[in-house]
Amino acid sequence: MKIDEKTNQAPVDNRESVTFGTDRNKDFSKEPLCLSGKDVTRIFQTGKTTTTAVDHVNFEFHKGELISIVGESGSGKTTLSKMLLGLLEPSSGEIFYRGEPRDISTGAKKRQYWKGIQAIFQDPFSSYNVFHKIDNVLLDCINMRGGRNLSKDEKFAMMTEACSFVNLKFAELTNKYPFELSGGQMQRLMIARIFLLKPEILLADEPTSMIDACSRATILDMLLNLRNETGMTVIFITHDIGLAYYISDSIYIMEHGKFVESGKAEEVILNPKAPYTKRLISDVPKIHEPWDLSTVG
Amino acid sequence: MKSTLRNIFHSPRFMVGFIIFMVMVLTVLIYPYFITRDPLVSLGKGFLEPGTYFSIYDANNASTYRMELPEATMNRLETSLPLADRQLILDFLKAKGADLSDLDTSNDKVGELIEAWTANYDEADVKASKYEGFTTQAKRRALARLNTKLSSSASSDVMTITRGDGEEATTSSISDTDYARVDQVANAITLPLGTDNFGRDTLTELVKATGVSLIIGLIAGSIATLLGLLVGLLAGYIGGIVDDILMFIANIFTVIPGFVLLILIYYSVGQESRGVVTCAVVIGLTSWVWTARSVRSQVISLRNRDHVNLSKLSGHSLFRIVTTDILPYIASYVVMAFILQVSSGILAEAQLSLLGLGPKTTDVPTLGLMMNWAKLFGAYTSSNAWWAYFPVILVIALTSFSLNLMNTGLDQVFNPTLRD
Repeated sequence: MKIDEKTNQAPVDNRESVTFGTDRNKDFSKEPLCLSGKDVTRIFQTGKTTTTAVDHVNFEFHKGELISIVGESGSGKTTLSKMLLGLLEPSSGEIFYRGEPRDISTGAKKRQYWKGIQAIFQDPFSSYNVFHKIDNVLLDCINMRGGRNLSKDEKFAMMTEACSFVNLKFAELTNKYPFELSGGQMQRLMIARIFLLKPEILLADEPTSMIDACSRATILDMLLNLRNETGMTVIFITHDIGLAYYISDSIYIMEHGKFVESGKAEEVILNPKAPYTKRLISDVPKIHEPWDLSTVG
Repeated sequence: MKSTLRNIFHSPRFMVGFIIFMVMVLTVLIYPYFITRDPLVSLGKGFLEPGTYFSIYDANNASTYRMELPEATMNRLETSLPLADRQLILDFLKAKGADLSDLDTSNDKVGELIEAWTANYDEADVKASKYEGFTTQAKRRALARLNTKLSSSASSDVMTITRGDGEEATTSSISDTDYARVDQVANAITLPLGTDNFGRDTLTELVKATGVSLIIGLIAGSIATLLGLLVGLLAGYIGGIVDDILMFIANIFTVIPGFVLLILIYYSVGQESRGVVTCAVVIGLTSWVWTARSVRSQVISLRNRDHVNLSKLSGHSLFRIVTTDILPYIASYVVMAFILQVSSGILAEAQLSLLGLGPKTTDVPTLGLMMNWAKLFGAYTSSNAWWAYFPVILVIALTSFSLNLMNTGLDQVFNPTLRD
């Protein structure tokens, strides 16, 4: 699957030629609920100024679905993703995990929750502890999956397998420090980490935005392969509505902390209702066509 | 890590500071092996100028050597003719109307001065009050005394020393050509920095005091840095109510001037129970605040980094995240803060001791105590004993300077935007 060339094109024009990463016709609403939220709100307060980063959002993510949350910078995507990950507490509202209210009040419960939900962050360069060799990142995953007592060779074999899944040779990477790797390699290693962990939900916060276009295609390809293999739910956070259209089952459009539109990818992109969605779609630069800047507010 | 260390040792500022500091530390460590004397033992009475002192008594017993130095007489004159006498000669010559050009009171003109005196002095004329300004009896006698002194010191005479008394007494004579070798005199001592008001060897005392002050600085700096680091890490990483409480305590310490607090604590502890360690601990306990505040702000900017989030997602404990994902990132900063804390600990001790609130005076000297003694016994004023305070000031300044230089050197290495 080649995505990189297509992300820069107008989605509407080329929809017949697109190879989708998933079965578009599958109705995920019949699948069990994986993660859902009711009136989730997050307010930041500094002195007298309050900023509502996420404002009463409701969402329902089903098992196996690939959901994209699309919005411009500062629309609250990352705040929402941190709340979903349990790194940030919502100011109000509730998040449900597998249909039950999520309980991450203690360290042990958090650790249990994180066995089910994992993340790939935006910036691979800041995702690693620069003082540790990259082996540690993968070893942590093995330990987390209960492989602490495995022999050294077994661990090595697991790490090698995970690396080969993302086309990396573990033998070449072992004993290296993160800064000795390229951005693409680092992000691929992050995917290898997810491969080892095999979580129920993967939250990918703009995983390709810091990567050059060539590596970007590879990384998306690997991410989707991993999803097809494990059947995990993927929450894909991006500002690139074109990319979201190609890979997602459902899309949530976020503006100023609110979901202005949501639904199946086809419906949202092909028949946008909210003016913000229309603007996002028209802002995608198209090859062979003059760029329409008239909607830029 | 290796390249950072290499960068540090290639930073000229750091190296200059480091060398000065190491020279001081090595002196403190090595000096006691050569001079084993107790730094607080009293050798004499009051301020003695820097120089080599030897016992005149023992010099008599040392073997004598005959030497005839050509400048011997002149040297004797130079040391025996005080400034007042030289001025008197000049005044007399002026009154007589002699040629005063190229004559003054400096050492190398003494010879010419005395020659002019012998050429012009005439006792009969003085007695007859022929010279203006020398008409009173007192003035005339002063001139006569001076003349006697000059003629006697110019002639070579023999000194007779009597030992014992009565019938048993033996006499020996010393002529002006007798010499003794200093290392054959049973008791001789070189005091490069003289003695302080208690007659203690200032150099030995200073070396010991530098060592003690460095220890005070290290203890105070370590306590302040560890406490500040602990408070800063907890407040910054945990945040919320823990942050509020810790920062409330820190703010209380910020509002009360640290020095006033130190004076009050030192005063209430009392002179007798104020040992060196107590002093250092008290300084450390009152100076952790700014380390805590700056560590906290660094931690706050780190705690939302992706690598910390990833570590959390990997199920690491708070302790592990703080020690492996936060601490290494601020380690360079903490080292710099520690260096400044050591420097300010040394200065705080010096300030307090200068006010008379230092450690008890009977155990060991500190730089501050030496300043305090110099002040109490008028080294800067009446005694004009520069050697009792100036070297101390120099050592305090050099310590502070070298530590701060190391700090700016490190800052340049760790903060590439500051490089020239």
